[in-house]
Amino acid sequence: MAVRAPAIPEINLLWINAGLSCDGDSVSLTNAQRPSVEDIVMGGIPGLPKVNVYWPLVAFETGEAFIQAFFKAERGEMEPFVLVIEGSIANERIKREGYFTGFGNDPATGQPRTLMEWIDALAPKATAVIAAGTCATYGGIHAMQGNPTGAMGLADYLGWDWRSKAGLPIINVPGCPVQPDNMSETLTQLLLFAAGRAPAPQLDDMLRPTWLFGSTVHDGCDRAGYYEQGDFASEYGDHRCLVKLGCWGPVIKCNVPKRGWMDGIGGCPNVGGICMACTMPGFPDKYMPFMDEPPGASLSTTLVTGYGRFIRTMRAATIATGDREPKWRQRGDALTTGYTPRGY
Amino acid sequence: MTTKDVPTTRGEIDRSQLVEMAWDPITRIVGSLGIYTKIDFRAKKVAECHSTSSVFRGYSVFMRGKDPRDAHFITSRICGICGDNHAACSVYNQNMAYGIENPPMGDLIMNLGEAAEYMFDHNIFQENLVAVDFCEKMVRETNPSVWEKAKTTEAPHASQHGYRTIADIMTACNPFEGEISRRGLELSRMTREMFCLMEGRHVHPSTLYPGGVGTNATMQLMTDYLSRLMKYVEWMKVCVPIHDDLFDFFYQALPGYEHVGERRVLLGCWGALYHVGQGISDFKYQNMNRWGKKMYVTPGVVVDGKLVTNDLVDINLGIRILLGSSYYVDWEAEGKLVDRDPLGNPVDIRHPWNARQIPAPQKRDFDGKYSWVMSPRWFDGKDHLALDTGGGPLARLWSTALSGLVDTPYLKASNGTITITLPKTSLKPEVTLEWKIPRWSNAIERDRARTYFQAYAAALALHFVELGIEMIGKGDTKTWSDFTVPKEAISVGFTEAVRGVLSHHMVISDGKIENYQPWPPTPWNGNPRDNFGTPGPYEDAVQNTPIFEENGPDNFKGIDIMRAVRSFDPCLPCGVHMYVGGGKTIERVHTPFAAPEL
Repeated sequence: MAVRAPAIPEINLLWINAGLSCDGDSVSLTNAQRPSVEDIVMGGIPGLPKVNVYWPLVAFETGEAFIQAFFKAERGEMEPFVLVIEGSIANERIKREGYFTGFGNDPATGQPRTLMEWIDALAPKATAVIAAGTCATYGGIHAMQGNPTGAMGLADYLGWDWRSKAGLPIINVPGCPVQPDNMSETLTQLLLFAAGRAPAPQLDDMLRPTWLFGSTVHDGCDRAGYYEQGDFASEYGDHRCLVKLGCWGPVIKCNVPKRGWMDGIGGCPNVGGICMACTMPGFPDKYMPFMDEPPGASLSTTLVTGYGRFIRTMRAATIATGDREPKWRQRGDALTTGYTPRGY
Repeated sequence: MTTKDVPTTRGEIDRSQLVEMAWDPITRIVGSLGIYTKIDFRAKKVAECHSTSSVFRGYSVFMRGKDPRDAHFITSRICGICGDNHAACSVYNQNMAYGIENPPMGDLIMNLGEAAEYMFDHNIFQENLVAVDFCEKMVRETNPSVWEKAKTTEAPHASQHGYRTIADIMTACNPFEGEISRRGLELSRMTREMFCLMEGRHVHPSTLYPGGVGTNATMQLMTDYLSRLMKYVEWMKVCVPIHDDLFDFFYQALPGYEHVGERRVLLGCWGALYHVGQGISDFKYQNMNRWGKKMYVTPGVVVDGKLVTNDLVDINLGIRILLGSSYYVDWEAEGKLVDRDPLGNPVDIRHPWNARQIPAPQKRDFDGKYSWVMSPRWFDGKDHLALDTGGGPLARLWSTALSGLVDTPYLKASNGTITITLPKTSLKPEVTLEWKIPRWSNAIERDRARTYFQAYAAALALHFVELGIEMIGKGDTKTWSDFTVPKEAISVGFTEAVRGVLSHHMVISDGKIENYQPWPPTPWNGNPRDNFGTPGPYEDAVQNTPIFEENGPDNFKGIDIMRAVRSFDPCLPCGVHMYVGGGKTIERVHTPFAAPEL
């Protein structure tokens, strides 16, 4: 039986890393394993169209030879393509001249071409637009109070109701940086959708994939059991629940403790790092100072402490019982298991 | 095509023949960089180079007034490949401000994490970004005659790595398809797992705090790390000879290649990987000279091959931030925040403690202001030296070798030599590697040092794991020290980001950040001309680069220039852009720094 061909033979992936970013989302994608970037690019996933990647981090070409693809896309010569934006969008309208962030040059002026200009040129022609990481999705660190650039997320710029020409909303994959497999998995589903092989990614009202961001950090945290028992760490390095030390896990939509950072390894509260809410639209300002106990946590931990201590005491008793073997496992000369021997 | 007129000596530049060539954005780096050049294709030389960074984010601006304890979480986001170096540097900086030290196990876990970062980052950059410039696909496009020669050149270390000819190595470097490229990606993930064991997540760590780490120190942590590390150690026994063969071949195939990316030996290293053990790394400014010299990578300023100082107090006081050709308003009118350091030494108005960022976006003008990067310099009492980092490893190895202070079971620095002993692994016997101070500070030696530093980091990690197992055996598992934030403080943190010097300076007033100044390696390497007209290191190194590429202006890829720039491991979250300006011939050019002096 022949493998069914994708609905489109090829698709282009145009990645602009020239938002206000650290390139950490590009670097994170090189860390993905389910699937890896080689799997996607080298035809290692059945059903995917051939993917031509125009991604500054690993591009063979440089300068003019590289950026041509983006100008071609503007002229309508690269469709179908997926546009990935990395980094927050600097508001270039708040100043008289110059640029906060450029990607190549405007051939007419010889000056850097800003990200806003690129988005205006490319977004209308894209089959889908992905915002990779919290900067591109919601503004992130560079959109912190007091910032000089007026930074914002892609949906703040294009509009939350924006739709691609294929009818898709912006796809937001937040995380600072994005969890590697969250990114590669969403991208894969989108490419399978473009190939007619999968439904479009299902998104919530903040345009996040629902299956990745539908639960909280706490729901998947190794240390949630300590919380339930009212057992809280009093200093960093303690193996218990970190909520009194600044962890926002119970109210943050993110799957990292459940998935680990990579291949099940690492994460945040599960390995001793407070959850600083880096996937959230309100990040960072609504969660600072990060190392203070979240205001709601003092109430919730007080409430859970009475119940938790009682449960812990009861469980300790049960554990103590289970920690001892049944008494018939002994080396004496009598069989005390309840079996009555008839043949010996 | 033939290799014609390859210059072995360097003649006069005919200014009427200059062609503008620019590359913008430069890919296969982290961030946005543009390189704008004027090239004399007849003399096969670069006459002039400007490097520009095209992103401004404003960390020092928006950190003002914030809680100092947020500094490491925020500054990690400066860089998406070595963010953890920033987080670590900020922890060291905060420790000084709060008057605390990490428990030894806290220092140890940070060292294991940072060593994994060096192993990861150098590996992915070398095998997946730099190696592409040396791969079959690229060399066939830029230098067909070199490719022909590579096919018949036996690899001297074939018995150690299994590639018979240099061409076989180049083929294995082809992106995504070649064996070395794919191995590089796989190992970049395994080393990131090692990193995540210690620091939680990559690239912005979750488990670092002022006072230490939140990681639990257990035997499982050490064996999970060690079992991965040994696979990397085994790869180093293959990886180092592969790169020696590849890089030596360029010297041999293209006489004069030592001048590609060459500049005067002006290297800075701020030291890395803090001494583990009670009472040494106390983060007190007054003891900085002592604990700096106990680091596992020794700080130093190296000028013309000589060690000028390895005292972190001298290093600190010599740092100057010049506005140069960047888009900022000068801060001098705002006055000093810090007049004396904690030892009573005067602090200059242009020192990071006093520096401030007042952005003034404007049109890019290569005769005026053309970059978002300021020009850091190191003042030796006479000159504002444009130090570079040698991409990180070259300065680290050079400085450590000259000081000769590092001595561990697997690693020893003495007499200008670094000796690395890699123990027996599953399939390979013990191997000893030696790195010796090279004759040049150039593209090839920056690249070579990177591979050796991967082995250096692995050798140190072995030592740290052994130390960790011993400490856990003694119950020495405390990882974090408590602290309070003072109302007023000044502080500094020093370390080495993967690609070179990293310092964080902080002034705290009324319990809040008054000034926070991160100075990473790329401003040191990728800065524009300073107020004295001195070009930044990329500019300088490219201006000294002879052209060996066989393509003419019409299909010029600028490979020699790319190798020069990438050898510094650019990491401007913001890019270098090289753009072919339509091959326009310029009638007359007056540039005082255009003529390379060698």
